[in-house]
Amino acid sequence: MLIRISKLLAVAVLLATMCVGFVRHPGRAADDGRVHIRYWEKWTGFEAEAMRRVVDTFNRSQHRIFVDMLTISGVDEKLLLATAGGVPPDVVGLWSSNLSSFSDRQVLLPLDDSLKRNHISREDYIPAYWDLCQYRGHMYALPTTPGSLALHWNKKLFREAGLDPERPPRTLEELDQYAARLTKRDQRGHLEQAGFMPNEPGWWNFSWGYYFGGALWDGKNRITTDCPENIRGYQWVRTYSKRYGVGSLELFRSGFGNFSSPQNAFLSGRVAMEIQGVWMGNFISKYAPGMEWGAAPFPYPADRPDLAQVAYVECDTISIPVGAKHPQEAFEFIRFVNSQPGMELLCLGQRKHTPLARVSKGFLAKHPNPYIQVFIDVAKRPRPFSAPKTPIGMEYVSEMDAAFDEIWLGTRSAADSLGRVRQRMQGKLDRQLEAIARRESGGGASEGRQQ
Amino acid sequence: MSRFGRRQLWAGLAFISPWLIGLGVFMLYPVVASLYYSFCDYSVLERAHPVGVANYRDLLHDQLYLKSLLNTLFYAALSIPLGLMLALALALLLNSGVRGLTVYRTIFFLPALMPMVALAVLWLWIFNGEYGVLNVFLARLGIHAPGWLTDPSWSKPALVLLSLWGMGQAMVIFLAGLQDVPVHLYEAADLDGASWWSKLRHVTLPMISPVLLFNGIMGIIGSLQFFAVPYIMTPNGQPARSAYFYAMYLYDNAFRYLRMGYASAMAWILFLLILALTLLSLRLASRYVHYEAG
Repeated sequence: MLIRISKLLAVAVLLATMCVGFVRHPGRAADDGRVHIRYWEKWTGFEAEAMRRVVDTFNRSQHRIFVDMLTISGVDEKLLLATAGGVPPDVVGLWSSNLSSFSDRQVLLPLDDSLKRNHISREDYIPAYWDLCQYRGHMYALPTTPGSLALHWNKKLFREAGLDPERPPRTLEELDQYAARLTKRDQRGHLEQAGFMPNEPGWWNFSWGYYFGGALWDGKNRITTDCPENIRGYQWVRTYSKRYGVGSLELFRSGFGNFSSPQNAFLSGRVAMEIQGVWMGNFISKYAPGMEWGAAPFPYPADRPDLAQVAYVECDTISIPVGAKHPQEAFEFIRFVNSQPGMELLCLGQRKHTPLARVSKGFLAKHPNPYIQVFIDVAKRPRPFSAPKTPIGMEYVSEMDAAFDEIWLGTRSAADSLGRVRQRMQGKLDRQLEAIARRESGGGASEGRQQ
Repeated sequence: MSRFGRRQLWAGLAFISPWLIGLGVFMLYPVVASLYYSFCDYSVLERAHPVGVANYRDLLHDQLYLKSLLNTLFYAALSIPLGLMLALALALLLNSGVRGLTVYRTIFFLPALMPMVALAVLWLWIFNGEYGVLNVFLARLGIHAPGWLTDPSWSKPALVLLSLWGMGQAMVIFLAGLQDVPVHLYEAADLDGASWWSKLRHVTLPMISPVLLFNGIMGIIGSLQFFAVPYIMTPNGQPARSAYFYAMYLYDNAFRYLRMGYASAMAWILFLLILALTLLSLRLASRYVHYEAG
């Protein structure tokens, strides 16, 4: 008897254990008769609130679809796991820098057909932002909020240094001169104010070559890390650590507080000029409300006036993962976010500019960032650049961070360090391109694509 | 086997099935699968494509891989002996008949209970070049301290220093070992007029040698898998990847660069390395470790 009971018990436990693995996400019961789609949002705080308002507006406007928005931290890694496990959300908010490697690995559905059906095209957008969502000829996302970078300067510190507070540097040579005048040391010789530091905030260490006309790859299959323009860019970076002393700068930098705090280097007036994105205005009004500041296109080398207004652009994106249960409904939501009212509601809430070509007058008039036009203008210039859209994007950026450190610290020359990166990354890119070619020649590539 | 015996066997198996299935599904299968995937080009999201030994061959020529391996070995070579010596020294002090032993023991053990992430954030501030407690203290002594986490030649030693924070665990095990050493051996040594040092050298150390071996092996395993603290304190191994460790590169390959096959190959090499070092320690142990009979 005991054995029989134990057998039954064991079988029950066994079945229960096995079942756990096969339970599908039940989703919200559609008792209101609407199709519920799951949307994974990456932001928290006021940015998430802005998106929440868009979602609520969409839900109110609909009888057929209901969007359940969920804020997920580390959304990119979790999306990979959810997709691999076959339970991705219906819509996901990512960053443009994710798109190349994600679409290569077939995590995202191409949207080309839906876009064509709904007459959505490149003309509707600032081209740079549309292009960020495109990879190897397909659109894998649409933009949500965009970001472009500009030089931010502290007018009060300019005045104290005897500089015209309304005139930012235009060329890099001017930037260097201004930086020298804005740099102060205490009696011990320690820095107490820096004019400009190429590694503050240090988020775009890979980008310096672009301001000198360089690029990180040719867009097809060749890595160009050590092209002369890039080497020149990083040699310029090195002039700062040479002039002010690596030890001195690093000691000074270690005293900076968190980015999102009043102890932020720029907000606390410890660094007078900084390259930052359109979002910086929010942080200024939050943590340094009385600050007098300005934003202007980042300077260019005096001998390359053609590079005036070259700017880095990136954007938040919205996509449908492969394996989504309701791709059509998901696209409906994406279309709503990308409509002019939806987008302006979102971008005003997140205090950024809109990626759309058409902007309502009210949007600009209501916008809290007084320099919003600067950010729009640089994104519209013919030569905006972004993180390299290679299949090895993330790895390339990490590699450039390490190379930046070596050059900054003076442990390797710019040419040597960048040469090593080129060699290493070329090998990785070749490997990845081989894998893509293998897949495209019939390795089950189209599996799971339903759009 | 009799019918009854077979039924007993089935019942037994059924009772342990939750554990058996758990082990099989969540441990054994991933381990075996990772061995297979280490011979594949595999991103988790697509079907694995066998590539023979390409991953292992690539690792041999991957400068960053070698760098992360050397960084890890450097860290292990410093942190294991230092940690063992300090933990042993503290245990010896506590074992010298000090009053309030349990209080001290708890105090020394407490830091080992701190979560890794909190530990990393705390030490980020301790090591801070401008406002860090450590540098302020050193400056009082007239020592010009380095930028611990900003100078490539100091980042690894800084992490070694930090690793000593968690030696409470080893100390408690040493202490238990020390308290097991038979008193009559010390009495005999005293009668022979042995000094403190010769008692330590000829009585204590041989008697606690199994504990030393255990702590040593745990140290090898722990330090070769060093991950959470540098992942937070020195992201991307900065400055200039001087603090980029094996497990960090493994994680980056697996989850950031989506090269699970390559990462699996790294994991297997790490496993073999740990296995080899453990076997080597056991081999040395047969010569130096003394197990009390009975």
